[in-house]
Amino acid sequence: MSEFVNNNILEKLRAEPKNLWKRLLVTAIVIAVVIWGSTSITYNGVTDKGATIAINIIKGILNPETATLFNLGPNGVPYLVLETMAIAVLGTVIGALLAVPVSFLASTNIVPKPVAMVFRALIMLIRTIPSLVWALVWVRVTGPGPFCGVVTQSVCSIGMISKMYITAIENLDTGVLESLDALGCNTFEKIRCGVIPQLMASFVSTAIYRFDINLKDATTLGIVGAGGIGFPLQEALGSGKWKRVGSFLLVLIIVVLVFEWISNQIRNRLARGRS
Amino acid sequence: MAKKNRTPLFDRIFKPEHIVLDNGHTVDRPKSRTPLILVAFLIIVFISMQTTNFNLPRLISRIGQFPVILGQIFTPNLHYFDKVIPLLIETMKMSIVGTVVGCIIGLPLAILASSNINKNKPTLLICRFILSILRSIPTLIYATVFALIFNLGAFAGTAAIAIFTLSIVAKMLYEAIETIDMGPFEAMQSFGATTLQSFWTACMPQILPQYFDNCLYCFEMNVRASSILGYVGAGGLGILIRERTGYRQYHDLGTILLTLFVVVWAIDQLNNWIRSKLS
Repeated sequence: MSEFVNNNILEKLRAEPKNLWKRLLVTAIVIAVVIWGSTSITYNGVTDKGATIAINIIKGILNPETATLFNLGPNGVPYLVLETMAIAVLGTVIGALLAVPVSFLASTNIVPKPVAMVFRALIMLIRTIPSLVWALVWVRVTGPGPFCGVVTQSVCSIGMISKMYITAIENLDTGVLESLDALGCNTFEKIRCGVIPQLMASFVSTAIYRFDINLKDATTLGIVGAGGIGFPLQEALGSGKWKRVGSFLLVLIIVVLVFEWISNQIRNRLARGRS
Repeated sequence: MAKKNRTPLFDRIFKPEHIVLDNGHTVDRPKSRTPLILVAFLIIVFISMQTTNFNLPRLISRIGQFPVILGQIFTPNLHYFDKVIPLLIETMKMSIVGTVVGCIIGLPLAILASSNINKNKPTLLICRFILSILRSIPTLIYATVFALIFNLGAFAGTAAIAIFTLSIVAKMLYEAIETIDMGPFEAMQSFGATTLQSFWTACMPQILPQYFDNCLYCFEMNVRASSILGYVGAGGLGILIRERTGYRQYHDLGTILLTLFVVVWAIDQLNNWIRSKLS
């Protein structure tokens, strides 16, 4: 065989670093961790009704309850979807506005390093606490209802949005500011012509991306009483109304996919400019 | 081409401003779209405020509650630590197994969903469609459903994490596969190798670093996500979070969150270290 293969290729192959042992070791570690992990996860089998539940949910999605789907009252799907979207819109808008000062105060090229570190720790803290836990805390302050969802999402959004804003702020092209200085612009003019045009597109793009996440998140916050479609869905699941579950899930899937598509279109346009 | 030359509807309603330059040339300056976007935005915000009963005075009058709860969270009850550890380990196990299973199933799905490898249009579209649907349902809803189908406990949570991971990993991976250099793949095909053989030898080395990176990213995300799955009965720390907030024991909640914070931070550092080794 080897006589047919070009000698140059063979030499190259021999020159490749031999790290077989290293690879075996890494594989062994990964396998060991997985085995350790699966020790306590025991498969107890499907519950008595498990199989029927699974089939019923899929049947429900394919054949949703039209009464709920087209009910315009406060318990119908249209209103619940509107409420969920409203929570996501307000949560994103307020979060994006609150994130602006936080991210400027956490950027090392704007403020001294110790100050930036304090605000970065704050951002990390916000990000680590799951949104459901934030909702559990805020529900004690605002009482149950969609307003709680808005406040929760406003706070939660600050974490991720600030992280993306900081990247944009630290990539600011200071050359522009220097040339505006040379033209004799004052601070306000420098911000208006030098800073805002550079940041606006990425800020808006980040906010729209976060809206996608918030929309998905808002569907589950209802479980702890923060409004939106989550609570009726949970209730329908608990009481075994599979057709209603199906109609909720179907609309949820459609709304999330449609908004994902819209937000991708807008963000592409923001990144590449108007065609 | 004809489509590109058409004036947008906006410019036909709000006529662009004609500017005659000093040298006699004319330039069209389109009217700014900002006012229109701003008005639409304000209307949406207003409708949202009406729908959600936005009530700033209530928030301000009751904001005093918040520092009280936050104060309790920030003075964690360290004696509660013993009860947190077993469930923390369960959460870790759920996210490890869920991530690994999801990543392994995600790989073949990603190959099926990348348009430069899979030339069969129907299977490609079906694959992408299923992946988008899987991605659009939140983990917590998977967990609720799986807790009903399988028994309450860690298995339901692991299954929920695995499904969610596979949908995300497959999406990120097929986007990566579509940007790779197809030269080696075509060379292998011209030798007479099958699609699978040529993919394995020519494309895998190119996507492997990206794949591992995605898996690590998902693992990070899953540790955070799995901590709340117990709230709907799918095992892990969420069980304690539900119980403690139900009793308003915020000192204990603080302990749970503190451990979570430390673990997430440690995993973050570990992942950064692994990433630096990988590249």
